[in-house]
Amino acid sequence: MLALQNVHTYYGKSHILHGVTIDVGPGEVVGLLGRNGVGKSTTLKTIVGLVRPADGQITFEGRPIAGMAPHQLARIGIAWVPEDRRIFKLLTVSENLRTGLDRPGVTEARRQGLLEKVYASFPILRQRRDQAGGTLSGGEQQMLAIARAMMLEPKIILLDEPTEGLMPRMVAQIREIVQALHRDGVAILLVEQNVPLTLDASDRIYIMEKGVVRHQAPAADLRADQSVIHQYLGV
Amino acid sequence: MDQILIQTVNGLVNGLILALVASGLTLIFGIMDVVNFAHGDLVMLGGFVGAATMGTTGNFWLALAVAALVIAVFGAALQVTTLRPLLGRDPLTTILATFGVSLVLQKYAIWQWGPTARKIDEPITGQFALFYLQYPWYRIGAAICAAAIIGGLYAFLKYGKYGVWIRATMQDRIMAAAMGIPVPRVHMLVFAIGAAMAAASGVFFGPVGGVTQTMGFDFTLRAFIVVVVGGMGNLGGSILAAIFISLLEAYASLVVSPAQAVIASFVMLIVTLLFRPTGLFVPTPK
Amino acid sequence: MTIAQGSPAPPAESVGGAPLLATQDLTVRFGGLAALNGVSIAVPRGEIRAVIGPNGAGKSTFFNCLTGVLRPTSGRILFDGQDITGLPSDRVSHRGLARSYQITNILPGATVLENVRVAAQSRRHAWSMLRHHGSYRDLIDRARDVLASVGLADKTMELAANLSHGEQRNLEIGIALATEPKLLCLDEPTAGMSVTETHQTVELVRRIAKDLTIMIVEHDMEVVMGLAHRITVLHYGEVLAEGTPAEIQANARVQEVYLKT
Repeated sequence: MLALQNVHTYYGKSHILHGVTIDVGPGEVVGLLGRNGVGKSTTLKTIVGLVRPADGQITFEGRPIAGMAPHQLARIGIAWVPEDRRIFKLLTVSENLRTGLDRPGVTEARRQGLLEKVYASFPILRQRRDQAGGTLSGGEQQMLAIARAMMLEPKIILLDEPTEGLMPRMVAQIREIVQALHRDGVAILLVEQNVPLTLDASDRIYIMEKGVVRHQAPAADLRADQSVIHQYLGV
Repeated sequence: MDQILIQTVNGLVNGLILALVASGLTLIFGIMDVVNFAHGDLVMLGGFVGAATMGTTGNFWLALAVAALVIAVFGAALQVTTLRPLLGRDPLTTILATFGVSLVLQKYAIWQWGPTARKIDEPITGQFALFYLQYPWYRIGAAICAAAIIGGLYAFLKYGKYGVWIRATMQDRIMAAAMGIPVPRVHMLVFAIGAAMAAASGVFFGPVGGVTQTMGFDFTLRAFIVVVVGGMGNLGGSILAAIFISLLEAYASLVVSPAQAVIASFVMLIVTLLFRPTGLFVPTPK
Repeated sequence: MTIAQGSPAPPAESVGGAPLLATQDLTVRFGGLAALNGVSIAVPRGEIRAVIGPNGAGKSTFFNCLTGVLRPTSGRILFDGQDITGLPSDRVSHRGLARSYQITNILPGATVLENVRVAAQSRRHAWSMLRHHGSYRDLIDRARDVLASVGLADKTMELAANLSHGEQRNLEIGIALATEPKLLCLDEPTAGMSVTETHQTVELVRRIAKDLTIMIVEHDMEVVMGLAHRITVLHYGEVLAEGTPAEIQANARVQEVYLKT
């Protein structure tokens, strides 16, 4: 459904992605592991159009999307949950959610339905619906960021290190959310440094190093034999 | 004492009209980081279009509506053609671009309407006794209208789909785009709103000071001082600052000539930049 | 093609003698958060010391303290026997502690030679303004030597802006070297580089390490294991472990922390 083929991305003169090839099938959870600085976030940012690839192709449901504007990509079904969450701090929780709801073709009824569904999954957000986004705790902001992405009714969600800086209890909650999304048929590209979570939640895993994919395998294989992971992520 | 009270009224009236200009300017800066040096000339153009409409129809309110609409459309076109390509470039580029636009607009106004000043007749005539002066009703009316428009802007931003879009884009343009908000369209909309408010100010100011091709500069200058003092991108701050600066100038003109009273505004600008560069009316940044 | 595993043996002179760099209980607090918490390390002369740790471990904060960019909340930094805690960056640089950033020190409009000569000048002739720059033969010679050691000998008259990314990174190191440092701090020198460029940088560092003490923050473990004599592992602002590459690789706790198991 989403495919990157030999993607090269630069930040100025800095050559970050040296030919990344990745694909995510419909409804699949694909993990992207790698140490700091290998280009995982850059890969996501290239997909959502925040940075234009210098070379290579990106296709979504068969059509090329490299060079499309971020707001167009959001509207065709690609949602992004960035590493620093980027909650609209001065908007209330419900206004934050609303930014994903004011799309063409969404009736009021469907809007209410989506909000109800998300409030049911995240009761704490319902509780805080009129509070400014900036007053939420780190874990709550992460939930809001994911809930906000769900408002786009996406076909794929790009999650950038959702568990970073969160307490273990919250990490477990994130795992549940990922599994719930998976059950709903949403594809997920999960960038993480947390290995156990990724092994647990993913169907397939890519491992990146220095701007390229070095290894890919079904998660089951890597669960059974973690030596490859140790090689690329350990010390 | 009466003099002070009269100047207070003057300051409030001028302040509200200035707030109309400044809030458009601060919105434009807040959302697309554009320092619009042509903003005062939009005021001027609005005044001329309003005067021309008044000339043919004789209806002040129609002139106001037409001026706001025409300049809004013009502003949108300007943003799309001149400013959109410059998005993300360094601020000096947009300053030069809008400065160039300002010159073009001034020359256009001379070409279109000739070098003479225009006058717009007051829709509300008559005066009332304010202490020892006969104070024109019109000015109070204009101030109330300006306040109403600003109130409308507030409501528009707070409720409604576009309000959320605008506020989200102001806070985080990139995340807003990632949420499907058509950021280029939002930029155009905000510029159009800012232009419309500027045009309205020009029409309101018409009966008070006339409409001349060079009036834009004074408005731009004062609007900038207000925006800096109020905090760039801070809507509430710029409204408060507009009233504050206008009051200051009004009081100063008790002591010196009105032309020199503008010095008070500059002093305020320097004080703000020295001590609270993010704006006097902005809570201290953490 | 991999970097040779196993660290080179530490130079004989580093055994014994006072450390070139020592921190005592270095702590940095931002509000309630301790970015560094009681970090005490000692780096002997001539060593290549790598500082590693997962995201948010405090590596940048640590370097920022050393180089005078950030003032620590408490603790001391001793360099070459002197207390440099809280000294501003330019004073720290004068004492012989240089830092190589990710290309922020390059003057793009100047030639490669000029970039390095200006850096060398800061050490030797800082105050004389009247002589023509071409007459500083010793500076130009020194600059050429430095450029040779960073592999830019054939690009001396090239404008810095025209260099490739990898060459600019090497120039950056050259600029730091021109200040005749005793300790060179390298901040993620191979970030964003291809495998080939990484290997070239590692070779460069090995070459210049002969007369220098080096501290390096890196994420690339091959680079770290191949270059470092000793490694300090930071985690949540504290020293988690210290040792030779072999010791660190065998350290289960370090693996745990990296793999979050």
